[in-house]
Amino acid sequence: MKYDYYPGCTLKTKAKELDRCLRASAEALGIQLEELPEWQCCGGVYTTARDEIATKLSAVRALSAARDSTGTLVTVCAGCHNVLKRVNDDVKNDDYFNQRVNNYLLPEKPYLGETRVVHFLELLRDEVGFDEIKKRVVNPIGKKIAPYYGCLLLRPSSVMAFDDPENPTVLEKFVECIGGTPVVSPMRNECCGAYTTVSDPSAAAEYSGKIVDSCVKNGANLIITACPLCQYNLVKRDGRLPVVYFTELLAEALGVKE
Amino acid sequence: MNDIKKTTEQLAFMSGAVTSRCMGCGKCTASCPAFDRMEYHPHQFVYMVETGRIDKLLASKSAFSCLTCFACVERCPRMVEPARLIEAVRLAVERQQGGNRLLPDDVPCVIDDDMPQQAVVAALRKFTK
Ligand code: SF4
Ligand code: SF4
Repeated sequence: MKYDYYPGCTLKTKAKELDRCLRASAEALGIQLEELPEWQCCGGVYTTARDEIATKLSAVRALSAARDSTGTLVTVCAGCHNVLKRVNDDVKNDDYFNQRVNNYLLPEKPYLGETRVVHFLELLRDEVGFDEIKKRVVNPIGKKIAPYYGCLLLRPSSVMAFDDPENPTVLEKFVECIGGTPVVSPMRNECCGAYTTVSDPSAAAEYSGKIVDSCVKNGANLIITACPLCQYNLVKRDGRLPVVYFTELLAEALGVKE
Repeated sequence: MNDIKKTTEQLAFMSGAVTSRCMGCGKCTASCPAFDRMEYHPHQFVYMVETGRIDKLLASKSAFSCLTCFACVERCPRMVEPARLIEAVRLAVERQQGGNRLLPDDVPCVIDDDMPQQAVVAALRKFTK
């Protein structure tokens, strides 16, 4: 199993563990990830306006580089995943956008959205299989773990097609396969406050507070996420529970964390 | 009046949102984590664009409270996509001279050592043109 891999800026700086543990786990599971050469920042967040072209070009460059390589681009940061998948959908389905992007980039072969964008969790679920992972677990994580999805993996479901947007299960199944007990919070797909943490920290504190509240009330000792910004908001704007990346627990369970 | 008409058409193109589909159920607002911080709520954005009263929306700070969480889009039974409309209003404001809400020079004052790049880049993308 060989794939192109897009880490993203935050994984090179503030979220190094998300990246490092992903690489260690992938290796242990026999998944070959090749980091795309010369990738650029995806833009951090998707702009929904159709006439915003320039802000989406770097995503198209990464997508078209992956097309010319393995054809599958694996992401793990929920932010990058949302941007890449949605821009890919625009290239595929919006002629106005497609024409402008290709006129600007002038690739040897026009990019038409051929690349498959796959989140690492989808890869674990659909291509490796949780049953297979379970067999490889050497350190079961005996904790009560609340999965937190946030927005970016799930919405809009018409494009992301990641899981049931109102009742997702992939992270709960993941927790079970590494030996933990999933704690299901009804707030697991509500927003932590996202980038308003920069402009209005009190807003992010309010939204994150409601999420952590619900995890505490349901008896969790730990929250897991795939998003560095969610992690920051839940810890920095609230902080009652530890919040770790799902790849950290995976690497620990597989015995490859250190 | 002509300006308003032109801007309304521009909002429709940028957002792709079809406001005439709205049945005023308010599910978008009920789903919105930020509704209490908005002077005009998501369903009101839809109604005000549909009825051409966008001057008030452009003068309000409401669009800057939106988190682009897409809960309203996911839960709208009529596929109106309010979040896209709100983003179009925000961009229409920011694209005017002096419309930026966050300047690169402000960033050092609001960050801390743990803040991920993703937050800063996303905030600049959303609040600056
Ligand atoms: S996208 Fe904006 S308006 Fe829609 S629910 Fe989220 S915060 Fe509210
Ligand atoms: S949920 Fe959709 S139909 Fe209902 S008020 Fe909001 S935009 Fe209109």
